[in-house]
Amino acid sequence: MLAYSLRRLLISVPIFIASTFVVFLMAVLSGNPLNKFLAISPPPPPQTIEAERIRLHLDQPIFERYWNWLTGLFRGDFGPSTESTLDIGTEVINRYGVTLRLVFLAMLLALILAIVAGVVSAVKQYSGVDYTLTFVGFLFLAMPTFWFAILLKEAGINFNNAVGEQVLYTIGDSSVYVAGGAWDKVLDIAGHMILPTVSLALLSFAAWSRFQRAAMLEVLGSDYVRLARAKGLRRGQVMRKHALRTALIPLTTVTALDLGSIISGAVVTEKVFQWQGAGTFLLDAISRDDVYAIMAWLVISATVIIVLNLVADLLYGVLDPRIRYA
Amino acid sequence: MPDNSDLSSATTQTPEKRTRVEREFTVAERSQAQLVLRRFLQHKLAVGSLIVLILIVLLAFVGGWLWKYSVEDLTGSNSQPPSWEHPFGTDAIGHDSFAQVLRGTQISISIAVLVAVFATVIGTIWGAVAGFYRGWVDTVLMRIADLVLTLPLLAVAAVLAHNTSGSWWLIAVVIAGLYWAYVSRVARGVVLSLREKEFIEAARALGASDSRIIFRHLVPNALGSVIVNATVLVAIAILIETSLSFLGFGVTPPDTSLGLLVSQNQTAVSTRPWLFYFPGLFIILIALTINFIGDGLRDAFDPQQTKVRA
Amino acid sequence: MTPTDPTTTAGDTVLEVEDLTVQFPTDEGLVEAVRGVNYELRRGEVLGIVGESGSGKSVTSLAVMGLLPKTARVSGSVRFNGNELLESTDKQLSRIRGRGISMVFQDPMTSLNPVYTVGDQIAETILVHNDISKKAAHKQAIELLETVHIPNPEQRAKSYPHELSGGMRQRVVIAIAMANQPDVIIADEPTTALDVTVQAQILDALRTAQKETGAAMILITHDLGVIAGQADRVMVMYAGKPVEKGTADEVFYTPRMPYTLGLLGSLPRLDVKTERLTPIAGSPPSVINMPPGCPFSPRCPLSDDICDQEEPDLESGSDSGHLAACHFSYRVEGHEPADLFRPNAEDPLPAGATEGEVIE
Repeated sequence: MLAYSLRRLLISVPIFIASTFVVFLMAVLSGNPLNKFLAISPPPPPQTIEAERIRLHLDQPIFERYWNWLTGLFRGDFGPSTESTLDIGTEVINRYGVTLRLVFLAMLLALILAIVAGVVSAVKQYSGVDYTLTFVGFLFLAMPTFWFAILLKEAGINFNNAVGEQVLYTIGDSSVYVAGGAWDKVLDIAGHMILPTVSLALLSFAAWSRFQRAAMLEVLGSDYVRLARAKGLRRGQVMRKHALRTALIPLTTVTALDLGSIISGAVVTEKVFQWQGAGTFLLDAISRDDVYAIMAWLVISATVIIVLNLVADLLYGVLDPRIRYA
Repeated sequence: MPDNSDLSSATTQTPEKRTRVEREFTVAERSQAQLVLRRFLQHKLAVGSLIVLILIVLLAFVGGWLWKYSVEDLTGSNSQPPSWEHPFGTDAIGHDSFAQVLRGTQISISIAVLVAVFATVIGTIWGAVAGFYRGWVDTVLMRIADLVLTLPLLAVAAVLAHNTSGSWWLIAVVIAGLYWAYVSRVARGVVLSLREKEFIEAARALGASDSRIIFRHLVPNALGSVIVNATVLVAIAILIETSLSFLGFGVTPPDTSLGLLVSQNQTAVSTRPWLFYFPGLFIILIALTINFIGDGLRDAFDPQQTKVRA
Repeated sequence: MTPTDPTTTAGDTVLEVEDLTVQFPTDEGLVEAVRGVNYELRRGEVLGIVGESGSGKSVTSLAVMGLLPKTARVSGSVRFNGNELLESTDKQLSRIRGRGISMVFQDPMTSLNPVYTVGDQIAETILVHNDISKKAAHKQAIELLETVHIPNPEQRAKSYPHELSGGMRQRVVIAIAMANQPDVIIADEPTTALDVTVQAQILDALRTAQKETGAAMILITHDLGVIAGQADRVMVMYAGKPVEKGTADEVFYTPRMPYTLGLLGSLPRLDVKTERLTPIAGSPPSVINMPPGCPFSPRCPLSDDICDQEEPDLESGSDSGHLAACHFSYRVEGHEPADLFRPNAEDPLPAGATEGEVIE
């Protein structure tokens, strides 16, 4: 299993590197970062513009720029940002810390909700509960993240007004200054996290609960569940020991595969709640035509995704003996 | 040929029975398409959704053209709540929100349909080639598709769509250029499973050529899955486009899309809620109905999948 | 509740099924899967139930176990050692399942849970019904594996199902079925999914299990060949109803129902030379919204007007225990399959085939 995952990884890396070239090319072609000088009046002296051109390697041919960027990566150099004071490497890693906090917590919440909803739906198939959960699932599948996030933000503000206290924060990932000790800092961060986490989690919840329902239904209809009943196990025992145990396995793969779309969702969520995370880092970089910053975001994201998929592969092997020795 | 011999003996063996009640063959033979249509029509939610969706499309494309205000018109009445004059109200500078939502719906649906068409064509060819030839072709093609699938596509689309200067079909090309990978996996799966089916082996044994097998056997049998996926893809594309426009990298003013409308009016959610809710509800309604239709089609094409084994 | 009454002796009835009907409401109409089944199972005997797929034979046994989906409508009576099972709660049934009555299913490839070792799965059924330690249960599991002739049972107990062949897996399922010394083992098409070469071994294993536990066995199959030499009594089912019942000898040598005769005719025989198989034309009727009359009538060479109007009851002929549901059972008696079901003379033999070869 480990060998299989590593072999997959070994093919994925070159393909990923090839795809970075495509994105690099598109990003370079999509805009000229020097255009911002044209908007200033009076325009800065040509020497300033020329110095910036050289600092951003715009004087080099594109293949050379790409090659220098790629080799720079292995030295830990992400390249120059259009913001002269910005160190891309430090910034992107700090920002990703904030984002991963959101992403992992949202995944956890989504998984718990999806498993409960999916299993209940499957066990009570065609009941009122099932129809309700199914409809809620479909509704969230159809709901754009940004719309729901804005709605939650509004609800948060109303909630704060009703309580008469700032409990749920609707702007930022943490307060700049928090009075009191470490516990207050934790509370502050938690207060900032609740709404964005819920907003991001419900996006994945919809798809995963449908998936979990289908997986559970398949297992419930399987011959081995019937045999377990024929052996004299009670319904509850069969659910716990046979159905749930097996029906959870496929969710590991799906969770890992969906990480990309959750990171995308985090970009939107961060924008709505004005977090200083990797998502807003990317959006700012795109607006600035900051090619190296965009590439840094992409490389880190891909690394996170590839590593997590590898972990999921290994976990799958642990959970499913059929894969273990394959 | 066990079937044929059975049938012929059924008629030759007892000729006097031809006039009697034919119990076994009371169900008239139907074509595949008729069967699918009949099963789809039994799916009430899907049929209802189809009707709603057709109404929305008509409203957007015909109604938008007939409606007395256009997107650019300044009506003179600012920040009006919904009324007969302005069903969806007006914004701060007097635009009629109904006209804007209809225009946004037109653009969003056009992009989504284009995405579904492009992505289905690319993805089906990609997946079919991988599944049909297998071996290293399959490995390389599917590794690429897998990688594309795992990327945060919305964000990558934002990077790529940045210089489309709001051109709606370019946005569609960018989204389709990333989302074909979904279709390719499905298409490959179908082709791989069909490859192993007896009727394909039979055709091969009879000396049918590759192209005959592909077009006479694989394509018609894969059609169901492809249609279902294209339908679901329309719903996904609606959400991607609106998100992209919301982030500011999709459709840009002066044109509009449902996502852009939500983005422009997000601060109005408490003061002029009609500006925020109507475009959002349209997005949900469109995506929801399409998903239900997709569900109905899936059941219609593959009834076994949902039937409970007794 | 006393599932094993020590005073009972061989020959007593352990399982009694009366007027059992099972219906499934579906979108297309009411599916009448079982339309009135009666049988008695005596301690230690083997009852064979034969029929084509869809004849209701599997549904009958699932109804006995109380394992039908909730949508099923079951009526009639199923008495196990005198206790009415159809009125029992799931809790009461759970005590009987796997201990009083156990089951072997058709497909060994899917019958075992892929994520547990076979040893665990056998031990599980022991632990559910007995208050013993896990260690003792595992020891018993290994002994059971040995009984069903699995080599290296200690090692095999640690294997996962996917590491075993289909035949091995079916032995494991049989070991599970016999683990708690049941009074009844129901084997539902136990050999159908297996290679022909393994089928005889599995039937042997079943026979061993039945002998070791002293259980009565219901052997369900579509294949008369499986029943021959195994069953004491045979019940033939068609479209949800028994159409012929009798001892194995009666049913095999003097069938009284055209369908049974047809089944015998489609069985390749080694003792009769140069004779073509005689197929039964057509296929079993759909059991949705059935028309009146005998359901076999459209395929029956003896069919007449009365067959389309009236469904015949199971009735005995001259020999009292041998029942058949046919208006013309007297015309079946004493005939060979080929007399009624003519091999189609106009149907040419496949190229290279000679008379008497098996034609599929």
